[in-house]
Amino acid sequence: MIRRTLMTTAAAGFALALGGTAMAGEPMDHVKACFVYVGPIGDGGWTFQHHQGALAVQETYGDKVEIQWQESVPEGADAERVLTQMALGGCNIIFTTSFGYMDATNAVAAKFSNVMFEHATGFKRDSANVSTYNARFYEGRAIEGLIAGRMTKSNKIGYIASFPIPEVVMGINSYFHHAKQVNPDVELTVIWAYTWFDPAKEADAAKAMIEQGVDVVASHTDSTAPLAEAAKSNGAVIGFGQASDMAEYKPSPRVASIIDNWAPYYVKRVGALLDGSYEQVDAWEGISGGEVLIGEITEAVPAEVKAEAEALRDAIAAGSYHPFTGPINKQDGSPWLAEGQTAPDGDLLGMGFYIEGVTGDIPQ
Amino acid sequence: MLRLEKRPIPSRFWLYATPVVAVLLTMIAGGLLFALLGKNPATVIKTIFWDPLFGEFAWYLRGQLLVKAGPLILIAIGLSLGFRAGIWNIGAEGQYIMGAICGAGVGLALYPTESRLIFPVMILAGALGGWAWAMIPAILKTRFNTNEILVSLMLVYVAETILAKASTGFLRNPEGAGFPGSRSFSGSSFPAASNPELIAGSGLHWGGVFALLMGVAAYILLQRHILGFQIKLAGQAPRAARFHGVKPERLVLLCMGLSGALAGLAGMFEVTGPAGKISIDFNVGYGFTAIIVAFLGRLNPLGIVLAGFIMALTYVGGEMAATNLGLPSAAIQVFQGMLLFFLLGVDVLTNFRIRTTLLGVK
Repeated sequence: MIRRTLMTTAAAGFALALGGTAMAGEPMDHVKACFVYVGPIGDGGWTFQHHQGALAVQETYGDKVEIQWQESVPEGADAERVLTQMALGGCNIIFTTSFGYMDATNAVAAKFSNVMFEHATGFKRDSANVSTYNARFYEGRAIEGLIAGRMTKSNKIGYIASFPIPEVVMGINSYFHHAKQVNPDVELTVIWAYTWFDPAKEADAAKAMIEQGVDVVASHTDSTAPLAEAAKSNGAVIGFGQASDMAEYKPSPRVASIIDNWAPYYVKRVGALLDGSYEQVDAWEGISGGEVLIGEITEAVPAEVKAEAEALRDAIAAGSYHPFTGPINKQDGSPWLAEGQTAPDGDLLGMGFYIEGVTGDIPQ
Repeated sequence: MLRLEKRPIPSRFWLYATPVVAVLLTMIAGGLLFALLGKNPATVIKTIFWDPLFGEFAWYLRGQLLVKAGPLILIAIGLSLGFRAGIWNIGAEGQYIMGAICGAGVGLALYPTESRLIFPVMILAGALGGWAWAMIPAILKTRFNTNEILVSLMLVYVAETILAKASTGFLRNPEGAGFPGSRSFSGSSFPAASNPELIAGSGLHWGGVFALLMGVAAYILLQRHILGFQIKLAGQAPRAARFHGVKPERLVLLCMGLSGALAGLAGMFEVTGPAGKISIDFNVGYGFTAIIVAFLGRLNPLGIVLAGFIMALTYVGGEMAATNLGLPSAAIQVFQGMLLFFLLGVDVLTNFRIRTTLLGVK
């Protein structure tokens, strides 16, 4: 009991320390937008793309906005301190750009009700000032899958997976589903790297796949190492840019890419804070909202495959096609989606199963 | 020409002056680095060393210094005993992870039982986990004469893999919708296994208490106990130690075990306290940074306590500098690395003196 009372006192201390920040719902003249990154801004992938979004905010609003950021913040206790420092330092809105910041974001948000928190890829919104946002990357995986199914000569395609979480599992399923649709003989090899960013491990995973005969490598990790590995094959193995365009590997092995584009969301949210229309959201946009971009499909892909992939992209953007449209069975053969049925978001966000045809198990 | 000449006995003056000079040199070289990055070096140095202690938000940051210094001190104290005896445990990071997994595992196995006994049992399990992990290189060394530096270091990567497995597999929160990470120890979800701040806002949790207690205990051990004498003797004069009846094998097992247990304790307090749960990225390098702390503190328990706080200052202040002044985080890491670099560099003066000689004249 004493413990709890002391906690409340501390919270009151934090509230007192604030003072004077504008409340949500009223227009603001000036916004300090802060960003917490899990990697260095020069990682060429995940963090780089978030930082591009931050720079776009600055670009759009000029001197009405001040941006601040902190790179390479470990998830856990350190994140909580960095967030507290930012909130104390006068940030009006704080974007926490990694799943692992979920608890820290919610803990700090509870103490600073006047500061808006935006947590990427999470699902916890414990207080009214926490919003979450994510992108429908599985839409991009559909296009990669189609290209993989059409391009593979060995009928073996690979996926370097990071961690067995729904986000990654839905990427694997979407990739395989669309490869299988155009090439029923296709087989998928998944290697779990247990990292988001570790060039050495990613290269090892790519090497292992290629030795097994895989000739299309997709990755859910952020470095360019898998592409560098594919490049050693003199054109026999292709891959995709992940998170950022990775244009330096054009036209092959990088034949297309999924680009995370956070700029529209960041600009929209900071703008809402400026004009007073800010509200708590749970945002999940995809190709149609411009958050997922498909990088240029290169000449290494035959024109008809390219046209087919672009048609798929446009259908998803227009909303006329959902990448998970039935009939789709689960790996064990039990039905998941009936003919014509599309996957509810809830199924995707908690996805813990492979679809029919994928071999192997999701690590438990 | 400059020439190094070995001192007959190590200089007492330089023994204590070295850390101070190293910190000053780090400030100067770091200041140059910051200036080259286009920042005012004085502002950056002030942000790192002054603001967390006396700045606007010091009321919050002082507590955070304790949060950061606690595990560093706890691990460094253990390491320093081995280092004094010439036993090089470089794998404290792995023992820290295993301590956290074992401590948290015991707690989670008992979820949601509420009993005052759970936390003490978890403390024991944490210490045991770290101890057992350190016993692998220790036994391999005493039995097969393997190199404890390499084995303990390699075991860090094994521990990291087990950690990833724990957070996505056997310790994963069954109510976490498939996301990695264990149940939370923080807040009100599992009070019996929680390690909260003992005084709100102070940053002091049981880990900090243990760190300070162990500092005192190690000091007494080294000054007053025969074992402390044996440790020091084994490091300074291994042959003499053997004549004195010191069994090197026993000392290896003891020093590795102690440092492993303390690292395990640090991990256990961290996972139940500030970190709050087992997650894939739970370890943030305390086990490695503690090596710097041990040397910065001159392998002396009281020095280590001080060094732990200085190191914590570079972290907390470094974060402030990175956020508020827009410094890249790599610059802060370089700054911290300089500290060890200068420390080892200046340390030469403890055992050697510089003689100037004219060219060609011996």
